[in-house]
Amino acid sequence: MTQLPGLLDTDAIRKDFPLLDRTVHDGKKVVYLDNAATSQKPNQVLDALNDYYARHNANVHRGVHVLAEEATALYEGARDKVAAFVNAPSRDEVIFTKNASESLNLVANMLGWADEPYRVDDRTEIVITEMEHHSNIVPWQLLAQRTGAKLKWFGLTDDGRLDLSNIDEIITERTKVVSFVLVSNILGTVNPVETIVRRAQEVGALVVVDASQAAPHMTVDVQALQADFVAFTGHKMCGPTGIGVLWGRQELLEDLPPFLGGGEMIETVSMHSSTYAPAPHKFEAGTPPIAQAVGLGAAVDYLSAIGMDRIAAHEHAITEYAVRRLQEIPSLRIIGPSTAEDRGAAISFALGDIHPHDVGQVLDEQGIAVRVGHHCARPVCLRYGIPATTRASFYLYSTPAEVDALVEGLEHVRNFFG
Amino acid sequence: MYQDVILDHYKHPHGRGLREGDAEVHHVNPTCGDEITLRVRMDGSTVADVSYEGQGCSISQASASVLNDLLVGKDLTEARRVQETFLELMQSKGRIEPDDEMEEVLEDAVAFAGVSKYPARVKCALLSWMAWKDATAQALGDGSAEHAEKKAGQKAEERTA
Repeated sequence: MTQLPGLLDTDAIRKDFPLLDRTVHDGKKVVYLDNAATSQKPNQVLDALNDYYARHNANVHRGVHVLAEEATALYEGARDKVAAFVNAPSRDEVIFTKNASESLNLVANMLGWADEPYRVDDRTEIVITEMEHHSNIVPWQLLAQRTGAKLKWFGLTDDGRLDLSNIDEIITERTKVVSFVLVSNILGTVNPVETIVRRAQEVGALVVVDASQAAPHMTVDVQALQADFVAFTGHKMCGPTGIGVLWGRQELLEDLPPFLGGGEMIETVSMHSSTYAPAPHKFEAGTPPIAQAVGLGAAVDYLSAIGMDRIAAHEHAITEYAVRRLQEIPSLRIIGPSTAEDRGAAISFALGDIHPHDVGQVLDEQGIAVRVGHHCARPVCLRYGIPATTRASFYLYSTPAEVDALVEGLEHVRNFFG
Repeated sequence: MYQDVILDHYKHPHGRGLREGDAEVHHVNPTCGDEITLRVRMDGSTVADVSYEGQGCSISQASASVLNDLLVGKDLTEARRVQETFLELMQSKGRIEPDDEMEEVLEDAVAFAGVSKYPARVKCALLSWMAWKDATAQALGDGSAEHAEKKAGQKAEERTA
């Protein structure tokens, strides 16, 4: 078996993930390499969900009965855990949403309805990048269309990195907000936050960081990032679906208007007008995803117990091994950085002119789960002149043996369509 | 799923390339980026030619090749029967085992029976057939209603992508 420095004890870790024991297609053990789409869930999270529903289920922030108090304590306890996980200065800066898409839409809508000095209008500009997930493109397109603001973006270099050569022309005095991905879900690129943040701060623009592919895999410290908003989702980091996070700087959350109205987000309501609860509740209308937040809290505990730096080191080792082995395959071309430097564990590639759908299907027949398509980042495919890619993405439980299985599987694909 | 017949058509497509036609359509499968541009030329009630150009997976490309084989030269009524039978097979979720009668109608296209078990791939197999139906309707000048219907359907699909 391949030994790489920095690997975690995956034998022990994999015992926590019941799904990884599954077999598919007549007894083939599943090789799950679609972690950038969603991660598998450890027993610790499944147990927390079950325990919540079996023993504590009630609605939160209302009712005086013991179950309501327990449910509230668990839900708010999850907020404390998430706040600590991202080193938030205050727990009140952590807003629970349903996913990262909702988090990003929430920011866009806060700004769309905001008064000065945050207001986005036809005299201002919004900056994104060409490597964004659709969830960090479309909300800004909508905002631009509705306000008349101009949408601008950074292009990409041939080796899958942001082209920041014209940063001073892209981010200008007119820029109101800069929103970019920390780690690309399709290219795997880890972006240079500091350079972008420095320029944004120079011109007084707000910075939004999409950390969906970062929070599961590395330490994300919102204070170190110096961003104004950070969005991520629970289901990619061992948590359940239906829970996302938006972290925002306290003074912004105080100043900016709510987006969704409803129960829970108010202070007083009359038939004429309402006043709002302080953040984070101002941005959490309606019954929140309680069990999902509790599950995310358990996921954060699980990841923290192992240690985000150790998880990052493990994935770096796996990524280094994977990019090396994949490039041994004739006709395989990595779309994105071809080394593990400043790179996450999602690796997209083209295999000759075999369509990714065919690659994915034949891999599936061997029990290997990868993602094929444009990965909700179609502009990246257009940029590199490909209809789609095949993407293998790794996580804390991925092993060198799984990389070997992928490489063998791809050889089989080549022979099959060759 | 990958029957030899399918791989043969994929590697050596029949009738590929755009030739003169009475109508041209461009269909896409937004979930995977398969694309086809397809032209139909009618000669009275006979399908005189179906020419196409596209990119996509083996299933979508092989399916267009089989379509060309099966429909060119046929009377429109007969061609429509083939199209409808193929649609029925592809929507069967693997429940239809093609019998002799179906095999007579579909010839090589029965090889796609296995594809119907894979919901994500059915659209790949049907791409060229839907394009042909659309192009034929346009060529015959009664396309407006069906065309509008197709566009509405495609919009719904894009929303789910």
